[in-house]
Amino acid sequence: MNVIIEFAVSVLILLGAVFALLGSIGLARLPDFFTRLHGPTKATTLGVGAMVLASAIYFTATQPGVSLHEIAVMVFLFITAPVTAHLLAKAALHRRGDRQPSPHPSPASGRGGNGDGRLFRSGNDCPLSLRERVGERDEVTQRQEEVK
Amino acid sequence: MLTIAVEIGFVLIGLAMALNLWRLVRGPDATDRILALDTLTINAIALLVLFGIRAGSSAYFEAALVLAAMSFVGTMALCKYLLRGDIIE
Repeated sequence: MNVIIEFAVSVLILLGAVFALLGSIGLARLPDFFTRLHGPTKATTLGVGAMVLASAIYFTATQPGVSLHEIAVMVFLFITAPVTAHLLAKAALHRRGDRQPSPHPSPASGRGGNGDGRLFRSGNDCPLSLRERVGERDEVTQRQEEVK
Repeated sequence: MLTIAVEIGFVLIGLAMALNLWRLVRGPDATDRILALDTLTINAIALLVLFGIRAGSSAYFEAALVLAAMSFVGTMALCKYLLRGDIIE
């Protein structure tokens, strides 16, 4: 095998392994779930991508013909990683809304979103927002009656 | 050079999987555990690819592909369960 190809494969393998390790360190060490979500979904996917690319180059060099079916793994991972991350973030937001309100304000109550983050609370733990919601409904019915 | 790189890759991926396992056991919430499981499967795919390079056979990619598909479907199902309380409504 060519020395240059061997060097490239080695570098890609080491790069992929280091990226995977960085993603897992992020998963283990970061403080909050949403920061922890950030680590693996980017770094680990990139790491596996580099490793699969190394494998494709290696088998193209050692076996007859171009080896392309490794790329299928990479494409599949690159497509599914954002979907998985999105669903996990959605599930985490949903679950945090079910719990008691946290001592520090949620990111949903900061800029953007719907003001006080009412969407993410179930209502039984915050009577104020429930009252607000009832008030809104009254306003709506009043408006409808006025229209009539 | 390649054999040394593959060995180092095995060690690093094994370390990463140990960290994932730690988060899987420790994880304060169910979403942390789902994320750790997903990352563990992705690292297992990397391990399979590395093993394919070391063994010199391309028969491991089907296993890697099946693992990727199963990981995606499993994570989707668990997330849907957390979100809706049911998987197939």
